[in-house]
Amino acid sequence: MTAPHLVSGPHLAGGRTLHGIMLQVCLALLPATLFGVGLFGWPALNLLLITVASALAFEALALRLAGKPLFPDLGDGSALVTALLLALSLPPWAPWWIGVLGGGFAIVLGKQIFGGLGQNPFNPAMLARVVLLIAFPVELTQWATPHPLFAAGSPGFLEGLQITFMGVPNVDAVSGATLLGHVKTELGRGVELSAALGHYDATQALLGMKGGSLGETSALLILLGGLYLLARRIITWHIPVAMLAAIALPATVMHWIDPLHHAGALYHLLTGGVMLGAFFIATDYVTSPSSPAGQVIYGAACGLLVWIIRSFGGFPEGVAFAVLLMNGATPLIDHWVRPRIYGRDRKGQPLTVAREKRS
Amino acid sequence: MPLHPIKGGVHPEGHKAQTNAAPIARLPLPARLFVPLAQHIGLPAEACVREGQQVKKGELIGSAQGSVSAAVHAPTSGTVLAIAPYTAPHPSGLPLLTVVIDPDGKDEWADLHTPRDPFDLMPEEIAARLAAAGIVGMGGATFPAAVKLSTAVQKHVDTLIINGGECEPYLTCDDRLMRERADQIIDGVRILLHAIGHGRALIAVEDNKPEAIDALRAAARGFDPIEIVPVPSLYPMGSEKQLIFALLGREVPAGALPAQLGVTVQNVATAAAVSEAIRHGRPLLSRVITVGGAVRVPQNVEALIGTPMQALIDFCGGFTEPPARLIMGGPMMGHVVPNMQVPVVKGSSGLLALTARDLPETKARPCIRCGSCVQACPCGLMPLEMAARIRQDDFKGAAAYGVTDCISCGSCAYVCPSHIPLVQYFNHAKGHLALEHARERQAAEIRALTEAKKLRQAREAEAKRARALAAKQAREKAAASEKTP
Amino acid sequence: MILAIGSVTLLGVVLGLVLGYAAQKLRVEGDPLVDELAALLPASNCGQCGFAGCRQAAEALARHEAPVTLCPPGGKAVAQKLAERLGVSADLSGMSDRPKLADVREELCIGCTKCAKVCPTDAILGAPKMIHYVLSDACTGCGACIDVCPTEALLLEEVVPSIRTWVWPKPVAEAA
Repeated sequence: MTAPHLVSGPHLAGGRTLHGIMLQVCLALLPATLFGVGLFGWPALNLLLITVASALAFEALALRLAGKPLFPDLGDGSALVTALLLALSLPPWAPWWIGVLGGGFAIVLGKQIFGGLGQNPFNPAMLARVVLLIAFPVELTQWATPHPLFAAGSPGFLEGLQITFMGVPNVDAVSGATLLGHVKTELGRGVELSAALGHYDATQALLGMKGGSLGETSALLILLGGLYLLARRIITWHIPVAMLAAIALPATVMHWIDPLHHAGALYHLLTGGVMLGAFFIATDYVTSPSSPAGQVIYGAACGLLVWIIRSFGGFPEGVAFAVLLMNGATPLIDHWVRPRIYGRDRKGQPLTVAREKRS
Repeated sequence: MPLHPIKGGVHPEGHKAQTNAAPIARLPLPARLFVPLAQHIGLPAEACVREGQQVKKGELIGSAQGSVSAAVHAPTSGTVLAIAPYTAPHPSGLPLLTVVIDPDGKDEWADLHTPRDPFDLMPEEIAARLAAAGIVGMGGATFPAAVKLSTAVQKHVDTLIINGGECEPYLTCDDRLMRERADQIIDGVRILLHAIGHGRALIAVEDNKPEAIDALRAAARGFDPIEIVPVPSLYPMGSEKQLIFALLGREVPAGALPAQLGVTVQNVATAAAVSEAIRHGRPLLSRVITVGGAVRVPQNVEALIGTPMQALIDFCGGFTEPPARLIMGGPMMGHVVPNMQVPVVKGSSGLLALTARDLPETKARPCIRCGSCVQACPCGLMPLEMAARIRQDDFKGAAAYGVTDCISCGSCAYVCPSHIPLVQYFNHAKGHLALEHARERQAAEIRALTEAKKLRQAREAEAKRARALAAKQAREKAAASEKTP
Repeated sequence: MILAIGSVTLLGVVLGLVLGYAAQKLRVEGDPLVDELAALLPASNCGQCGFAGCRQAAEALARHEAPVTLCPPGGKAVAQKLAERLGVSADLSGMSDRPKLADVREELCIGCTKCAKVCPTDAILGAPKMIHYVLSDACTGCGACIDVCPTEALLLEEVVPSIRTWVWPKPVAEAA
């Protein structure tokens, strides 16, 4: 036996690793990703690959600049997950430089300047998305309609490359407003909800055969991915359930009070980035509270904010903003909301000894 | 009886089958015995033998010092070779004053005082005999049993919990003890109940030990106040605070003793030692220790206190491969052995030879705030927050997050995906906070001493002045009276 | 524009009055800083810092005229606390973690009691012509006894770490 150096227990491996967790998240996102690529064709795939490559490249650059070794950090999968989530929330036919800039903003602005893994206060993917939205509103609101891969009328491989690198030839022909965007505009114009919804079909919304972000259209596949994460104990139920409930509840109440101007719970839950937000984005470890009670508060507040922004705000989609706002509140929640310590009351004082008379 | 689920906890792989099937083996007399004078919580015992002295088996070689201490006895007959500092079975590798005994091979007992009937003894007598027998908690905490019993009697405890949990992986010494010496354990429990005077005993055994449960139930048949309670197999179910909550649904308040709740907890091996001491007058001289991991014949061994670890490994056929780490205790809370010559002491529950395959990754990664540690902590703490503060040497901040309530069970570090040495951070902080506390107390006492000295000097100066004034007045009076005729 | 200038000026005047009033009404009398610093020092007035007593050292510290490493008997612990209270960063590398305590070399002690008289905490036990002994719990390492001993029987020695004082070291910083 070699001379023992002082090392503390436990002397037993628990089995969980960083890259193991990241891998599980990527696996959970795979169905929605494949579906999105299938639904929107080659340009979507190009955007996805470019975003991922950009994120990895910027991560390598940042590590180099910081004087840290490239591995294991580059290989731990965190940059991959960030890039994947960002790509899934982008318009599917966005140009290549959106992907590059997005990857750069997410990794450099969103993570590395704060000190790297575990140090960022804001969700990197959402930070990048919001920066892109505000800086390049046109490109970020051009929503391609579904052009399934290999279908007639969809761009081929070369055409896809052209769309990604040279722009969409006739934008208006191939894009259209998302349901959220359309409803917002119509309600703003004074049109009643039922007319604005038009031929909205909840089943279609669940399955995802509609326009929207690259990976957010199929609420069902994302839900399945989220349930997979729950089953593998990568996430706990607190944030997703709280967030979905906090969207469904006010939506239901307001829809009951004023059905002409407020959509119901199902509409909200199945459109936009709510499912992705509830299971994959709000549950981000680094930027969410660490205690179960804190997570419920955080999730509920995220959900409420999403509903408020969608109903009363200027933007049709509120998930990114809601999550970023609550990220800012996370340290506060972590400070005030802590689990109760054994032997102490909620305030941290020792419990009083009360001798019960055993019957 | 209805049980209460404990918070957090983890389910490490048990590795119990390696050693739980074979009966306890008896280790032959080793060539030398190294008996430290400090094997317990409290002040070390003071040596009451000299170098060169002949001692008998069970003879007192170290007497307890102060109110929280324990006596130490010669594990076999022989000659005291030396009383000198020797490497302690402690992760620091620092020395402890140790009595080195050269066995004469005869294993002759000293005179034992066997009482007529343990149940005729008064509680104070039982406590006194336990103290004289040097019995300490053998689950690993090594708290002097006599002191615990006296406190329990004083606080009118009515529930005695006997801890047969053994939640650490690999360890099966308590399991085998319960299976093979159930009668002795029940006898010890009855004696303890008699000492307490009234009340019931709950023997808690994890449900992965069905044979032990059956053996204890058979031995306890007919003794109504004793109930055998199977508890869920979970780490750290064997931790005193967690066990009390699981059985009774009540928490020991922070800073309080279980006795204040009307409860006292003792390990099964301690109960067996109580029977040995009170019924047969024999002091604590040996214990069962699980030798596991990469040894040829992993098994439970009954070894004399003071046996070097090397003797245990040799008895088990040596290593199957050179171990990457040799641990004394269990893998969750055990410590690295400083060298192979350190002795078995009263709290040694296991000796594990772990290979690189068994061990966790040592390179720590950044904390990703996943919160697994918060979910795993059985005490309701937030290990990630405490560690973040300790990294910045903010011990007060860590204390505000409850680091002094941490039981160092290791559940948090076990689940951490970044392999952060959380327990080491907390032990570091707890050590510094304890030293700080002692320093502050000492500084306050020194300040008081300085003030007292100043007052004393002022009083002496005042007295001196008064004497000088009186002398002067006397001289003047004498001079004046000389003048007058 | 007149409205803008007027309103901001008015705001400034009002806030200035409020601040002035608060400065008068909420003034803190005396300087609690010196008291706090003095409480952190050992209070044995040994003089090793170069000041007459611990109170004077505290005053010098409060005026930032003395370094926080001025107190050898206090060691690293006191220096760290002083640095924390004063809000300064200090290079403590020259200070030892282990305190130094006085010890009597029995073969040289002549029992003159000079050391016992000068010890500020009465830590030295000894009657005339009897070998003296230092109570380590009461000794602050101020060194006053070392100076007066005629036979140099007293030494300041570093305390050897024992199991009782051993503390787990801090884990080495993690990767990245």
